[in-house]
Amino acid sequence: MNIPAGLDENSDLSLYGYGNKADGGAVLVVDEKDTLARFEQTILPHMDAAYNLARWLTRNEHDAEDMVQEAYLRAFKFFSAFHGMDGRAWLLTIVRNTCYTWLHQNRAHEMTTTFDEEIHSVDSDTSNPATLALQSADHQILTRALEELPVEFREVVVLRDLEGFSYKEIAGIAAIPTGTVMSRLARARERLKKILCGQPKEKL
Amino acid sequence: MDCKNAQTLIAGYLDQELDPVRSLEIEDHIHGCVACSQVYENHQVLSRELRTGSVYFKAPTDLQKRIQRSVRQAAKAESPPRWLSWSWVRMAAPMAAAAIVLLALVPLLRGPSTEEMLTREVVSGHVRSLMANHLADVPSSDQHTVKPWFAGKLNFSPPVEDLAKQGFPLIGGRLDYLEDRPVAALVYQRQKHFINLFIWLSGSDLDVDTKMVSRQGYNLFYWTKSGMIYWAVSDLNSSELQEFVQLVQNQNSPTS
Repeated sequence: MNIPAGLDENSDLSLYGYGNKADGGAVLVVDEKDTLARFEQTILPHMDAAYNLARWLTRNEHDAEDMVQEAYLRAFKFFSAFHGMDGRAWLLTIVRNTCYTWLHQNRAHEMTTTFDEEIHSVDSDTSNPATLALQSADHQILTRALEELPVEFREVVVLRDLEGFSYKEIAGIAAIPTGTVMSRLARARERLKKILCGQPKEKL
Repeated sequence: MDCKNAQTLIAGYLDQELDPVRSLEIEDHIHGCVACSQVYENHQVLSRELRTGSVYFKAPTDLQKRIQRSVRQAAKAESPPRWLSWSWVRMAAPMAAAAIVLLALVPLLRGPSTEEMLTREVVSGHVRSLMANHLADVPSSDQHTVKPWFAGKLNFSPPVEDLAKQGFPLIGGRLDYLEDRPVAALVYQRQKHFINLFIWLSGSDLDVDTKMVSRQGYNLFYWTKSGMIYWAVSDLNSSELQEFVQLVQNQNSPTS
C-alpha cells in the first residue's frame, strides 16, 4: 500500500488509498491484496480460539463451524474498523455476536431470555462444602458440566480459563461491566463445582 | 467481610484481578474461614483443570482451509475490476494516449460517467445550500430532533449523531434532491466551514469502500454502508474532512 511518509500502517489514513492518484484527482480504494495479507496475518491465526468459543456457545461441532465461517466473513467485511487492537479479542467479539444471533434464532428456548444475576446466583450455603477432586481423565465429565451452564456463565469461563483473557478484555467481548465478569465467574465456578460433585460416583 | 461477598471476590483473587488491598482482605478471610478456603481450593482445582487444555476444541484443519478460501474469494469479489487497477493503467498508458488522440478527432460521443455526474450534483447541492442561505429545514443541534424530523419525509431513517464533542457540531438537517430522488442532508460545522452529509438508500446491501475526490475546491468522500449511500462534501481540507468521515462511519460500528 502506498502510505504517505511518516505514517505507519495502523494510522487512520491508511484506510484510504492515499497516494494512488489517478487522473482527475480521484483516489483509488485501498489495495485489496494488502488488506487480505494484513487480515491473514492478524485475524486468521486466531481460528482455534474462534472455533473453541463457537463450539462452547453452540455446543455442537457442525454449528460451530458455520458460526466461525460466518464470523470470519463478517470480520473481513468490517476489517477497516480494526485499528491494530488485539486481533483475537476483536475476532472473538464478532464470533460471540454471531453465535448469540444464531442462538436467539435457533435455540431461543435454551436462552435465559432475561438473564437475572440474582436468580442465577450461588446460594451462600457453605455449611457442608464438598471437596472437588478432579483427575485429568475427567475431561468428558468436565465438558458435560460446562455445557450444562447457562450460556452467560459458560462464556466467561471459556474466555477466562480457556482463553486466558483479563476481566477487562472479557468485559469488552461480552459487553458487560468488569464487576459482572467477576461475579459471573464466581457463580459459574461454584455451579460447575456443584454439578461435578453431584455426579454419581460410578460415572466418574 | 461476609462469606457471600468473599466468594465473589475469590474469583478475582484467584485470577489476580484484585487490587492489593482487596487481595490482602480476602487472603485474611480465607485463612480464617474453613468454608471459604474450601471454595477457594475447589475453584483453584477447577480453574487449573480447565487451563490444561483438555476441554479446548481446536479448529478442524479442513475448516481452516475452507475459511481461508472463502475469505480470499470475498477479497476478490470486493476488489475493483481489473481495468481499474493501477498497474494495468500504467501498461495501457500508450494505448490510452492513442485512443485519446483518436477520440479528440471525433465528436464527443458519450457524456460523463454517472459517478462524475453525481459528483457534480453533490457539489451543486452543497453550493446551493450555502448560497440560498438555506442550510437546514430543521435547524437543531439535537440529534433527537433532527432524526424524527425526517420520518414521513423519507422512506428510510438516516443515522443522525451530533459530533460536537469531536469538533463537528450538528447544525441541522434538510431534504435535498439528488439522482432524481429526495435525500437526507445533514449539516455539520467545523469552525467556519460547513459540511453537507447526503444520505440515501443504495438499493442493495453491498458495502463500498470510501473514495475521495476533489472538485472546484471542494473535497468529497463517498461510501456505501449498511444499505445507505453517503456523500460528505465541504470546502474543509481533506484530512479534517476525513476525520469527520471516520467519526460518521464509527457511529454504527459492527462490532459493538
